[in-house]
Amino acid sequence: MNKAARGSLLGIEHLGAQDILGLLKLARRMNPLKPRPLLRGKRVLLLFYEASTRTRSSFEIAAKALGAMTTLVLSSGSSIEKGESLLDTGYTLRAVGADVIVIRHPQAGAAALMARYLEIPVINAGDGMHEHPSQALLDAYTIVRSKKTLKGLQVAIVGDIYHSRVARSAIHLLSKFGARITLCGPAEFLPETATSLASGLHITRTVEDAVHSADVIMTLRVQKERLAGTKISVQDYVSRYQMTMARLKLAKKDAMLMHPGPIIRGLELTWEVADCPQSAIVEEVRNGVPVRMAILAKALGRAR
Amino acid sequence: MNLKKGNYSLLVKGGRLIDPAAKIDATMDVLLRDGLVAEIAPPGKTRGTAHEKFDARGLIVAPGFIDLHVHLREPGQGYKETIATGTAAAAAGGFTSVCCMPNTQPVVDSPEWVTWLQQPERGAVVNVFPIAAATHASKGAVLTDFRALQRAGAVGVTDDGKPILNDGVMRETLRLSSEINLPVIQHAEDTRMTDRCSMNDGPTAFRLGLRGMKAAAEASIVERDVQLAQQFTGARLHVAHLSTADALKAVRRGKRSKSQVTCEVTPHHFALTDADVGEYDTNFKMNPPLRSDSDREALLVALADGTVDAIATDHAPHAPHEKIIEFERAAFGITGLETALGLAIIHLHRGHKIPLSRIVELFTAGPARVFSLRGRGTLIRGSHGDVTIFDPQKRWTFDAAKSHSRSHNTPFGGAQLTGKVVATIVGGRVVYRAD
Ligand SMILES: [Zn+2]
Repeated sequence: MNKAARGSLLGIEHLGAQDILGLLKLARRMNPLKPRPLLRGKRVLLLFYEASTRTRSSFEIAAKALGAMTTLVLSSGSSIEKGESLLDTGYTLRAVGADVIVIRHPQAGAAALMARYLEIPVINAGDGMHEHPSQALLDAYTIVRSKKTLKGLQVAIVGDIYHSRVARSAIHLLSKFGARITLCGPAEFLPETATSLASGLHITRTVEDAVHSADVIMTLRVQKERLAGTKISVQDYVSRYQMTMARLKLAKKDAMLMHPGPIIRGLELTWEVADCPQSAIVEEVRNGVPVRMAILAKALGRAR
Repeated sequence: MNLKKGNYSLLVKGGRLIDPAAKIDATMDVLLRDGLVAEIAPPGKTRGTAHEKFDARGLIVAPGFIDLHVHLREPGQGYKETIATGTAAAAAGGFTSVCCMPNTQPVVDSPEWVTWLQQPERGAVVNVFPIAAATHASKGAVLTDFRALQRAGAVGVTDDGKPILNDGVMRETLRLSSEINLPVIQHAEDTRMTDRCSMNDGPTAFRLGLRGMKAAAEASIVERDVQLAQQFTGARLHVAHLSTADALKAVRRGKRSKSQVTCEVTPHHFALTDADVGEYDTNFKMNPPLRSDSDREALLVALADGTVDAIATDHAPHAPHEKIIEFERAAFGITGLETALGLAIIHLHRGHKIPLSRIVELFTAGPARVFSLRGRGTLIRGSHGDVTIFDPQKRWTFDAAKSHSRSHNTPFGGAQLTGKVVATIVGGRVVYRAD
């Protein structure tokens, strides 16, 4: 198998702790309100095979804040619709002058495939159920800003972990820094094999146990269509796993409530929880920009 | 020498003859004449003379290897493989007979196509035994004409790739085939449990975010089929590419009963596990998928203890545009004809101390018995002159780019193997010789 193109960010799993710390440090020096033309003259291709608001706009703003040109290519209305293969699309984008490709794709491993056959860096903006590294990095950035460290933090991840690329990336990242992670969800969304993803993971089916004295609670989106494929009804899910103020109170007083978005109020969390003072949901979105500035600068070797 | 087919003889001299069916493991000369085995005798003791001699000293001389499960892709998919290229790869891998699967375009579900596969125009360099579809277009509904297919030369029926799920259809398949002593080959997979799955269920699938096939999807079908087979005297159920410990349990139960239940295991399933998929390497994607380490261990035990009847490659060539794509979209299957022996010697003989004679049995007498291939799988006098000569010590590196197959989708490119085919003889004539 070919090696991935230099500068690519395909996932958190194979990153070293130093790489991650380097990116977080770099992100702290990035300010979207004070543009730095580190990527002047560079072309950032945003290749999106799936709908996305947050990630797409965040990468776009990040690229522009660094002085790069951005081009957005959506699967609908392009040659992709006519059956062009992923790699052929990649070759085309490189030929028109892309310096880096940011890709969101419904299939796991899509970014890795592209990175193995293109010589330009590929940034994974979410591939199927696999990874979403920029989300994990911005979450880590958000946590560290408030808690100063990741080491020893008690983190509860609640919801549909099986289908979640956010969860996989977060678990890899947090476990590399010694967080104590408890996973919580029904068996359909959280198979026992999940504990094999990293060392020291625990599973509980009881949300009260998961959030008890937690420093960080990560709530994941639950899709109704996915619940429909299980024996669990929406009402069951809400009553057993929804994040409510009462459940949030079981966590540490200064616990952070996180969610990668998009949130569905009334399903995985209540209206009050989403907007409560402990909610870091808006801050996560805000932090996405400097973190993605750091990712792009690093990918193109302009990390300063 | 330019001799007519009916008048040619070849003496294979001084090799160690391993013929498990005849219980021979000794240094012997083998004289082939007119396409058949004319004589086996201790060195220098054959009475007849030969036009040519093959010096097999230091080598193993075995009955020609038989592969029960290959995809030669004709008719219709010559861009992946042709009968000519596929059988050239077979010859290079020491296989003198291959049984080809009917999941072509169109599906081989008529006597005409069965006949077509065997015509000399196809350019086969080894024996080709067609396996016909069990149902029309392998749609799992209407049975094909087993008698007519058998008369045309089909050695078994299957809907390989698409298991026969419907209980009634499978029962009818076993009932009708039992009347004519025709094996039914099942690709055991409850596809209702494997929707959108692209590898084995387990830690690697979870890590990669891929949906996983559970072992139960294979085992449940084998269990059902074993039970159905017991209902009909003479029914012959052959489990294709068996890959899980639980399916083995069902096969063992079947073997203890009166029914004829047999199974095959592929080299990749005894050599690799799902962890080898690594970072979405589609050359490790096949169906059934690479399984867990404990499944692999169970297969090794069953290969040694006799539960497994044959090693079959499930040689499944695919073109680059079907493999160098997203993992979930990539075609299932890998090539396997040229690496089977080397993998068997490394993993079974060296790795697990399975004697060479048992390995030869898994490539010869075992598969010949499964499909009742008369006069094959042994070198007793009067058998077909199909011989595989190999060097069990020879270390070599497999170069996928130099494969005889039209396709190069193998996980073993660059693999260090031990045990190499030196010559392959079909019908008394050398069809492959290593350089
Ligand atoms: Zn099959």
